[in-house]
Amino acid sequence: MSDKGPFNPQDMSLQPPALTPDYRSSRLRAPRHKLLSLEQGAGELTGPAFGQDVIGPNDNNLIINYAAPGAAAIGEQIMVHGYLLDENARPVPEALLEFWQANAGGRYRHKKDSYLAPLDPNFGGCGRTITDEMGYFSFRTVRPGPYPWPNGGNDWRPAHIHFSCFGQGWTQRLITQMYFEGDPHIPLCPIVQTIPDPKAIERLTARLDMEHTVPMQFRAFRFDIVLRGRGSTLFENKLEGN
Amino acid sequence: MSRSQSASQTAGPYVHIGCTASVAGLENMYGGCDLGADIFPPDVPGRKIVISGQVFDGAGDPVLDAMLEFWQADATGRYGANGPSGGWARRAVDAEAGRYRLETLLPAASGEEAAHVKVWVVARGINLGLHTRIYFDDLPQGQDPILVAIKDPGRRSTLIAQRSGDDGYIFDIHLQGDKETVFINV
Repeated sequence: MSDKGPFNPQDMSLQPPALTPDYRSSRLRAPRHKLLSLEQGAGELTGPAFGQDVIGPNDNNLIINYAAPGAAAIGEQIMVHGYLLDENARPVPEALLEFWQANAGGRYRHKKDSYLAPLDPNFGGCGRTITDEMGYFSFRTVRPGPYPWPNGGNDWRPAHIHFSCFGQGWTQRLITQMYFEGDPHIPLCPIVQTIPDPKAIERLTARLDMEHTVPMQFRAFRFDIVLRGRGSTLFENKLEGN
Repeated sequence: MSRSQSASQTAGPYVHIGCTASVAGLENMYGGCDLGADIFPPDVPGRKIVISGQVFDGAGDPVLDAMLEFWQADATGRYGANGPSGGWARRAVDAEAGRYRLETLLPAASGEEAAHVKVWVVARGINLGLHTRIYFDDLPQGQDPILVAIKDPGRRSTLIAQRSGDDGYIFDIHLQGDKETVFINV
């Protein structure tokens, strides 16, 4: 029953509003009308699926997936891992995750990025993977650098990795960003601070995970992503004060 | 046990690196193939159409860094019936005028919903991806629940693509302003 029913509503108390004037780009890109509510139909309950056949062997290793043979990206070596879950804490298996990020100096490999930090010839900055039956994912990369961005002041992004997440239904589609525990830019960043609830920001902050850190090799960071569930437990959440 | 939904964050101006790598300038990433370049496998039956348009901001200027995703039923009204990702596509708007172009098959109605293509819009300045729909001006819309729910005809018209030529439809997206597109909380 709960595997087929509608997805729980988006919890707008946890989501950033469209208009967030301190994040300047939202001013002319935020719709001013209220969103129209919808009863989910066949097209909301289904969505595209992706098999292992679309994933290459190095797609989840950004250290080498753009590098010359035998070479590696420059930067602090890390592994990011965690679970893609729904609100009922159930795994979201066989879901495509895509990630992209700046290099260790804070520069993106993108036609439009002209920040003074140099490109790393061995770093492309993108990767992807498919969650396993437990919703688990992991990838290797270098820790991205913070960088300045034009927002009217002296604004710097905290180090972050962008995530694109597919679930099992079109309504679960999500793009978000992962931050790193202890980054002093998190409370200063107008993009992070579009999120009204400090706990929701904490949940986007990956934790150093010494248990999975490999001595003399790389540090691990743990990051779970939670998509909308179905067979609502939202009411229970509300009673718990979330 | 329950968990709270992860918050959305903007896709930012460099979304292409992760989602349409060739547009970012990483032409050889993933074997040079961007996911979602083709919406259906080549042998799926249906009437071929081309939907195209532009994305605009509240000042009427084109949005040059948006990424659009599309999800639709096939010509028999079924979702997900043509391979694992058949019916889904992705486009980066162009960097000159915010234009997109989707070559697809005309979808059929599904249940009481009139034929439409679902669109998801992300970009710098969009904190939470925006859902909307493309309906077709020369197809019956019946009692489609979304269109019926929009009382203002001007607002309703923002979801209707205009036929243009033999197989073309024009559908612009206005994020804000007098022509603001109706966006949907799915």
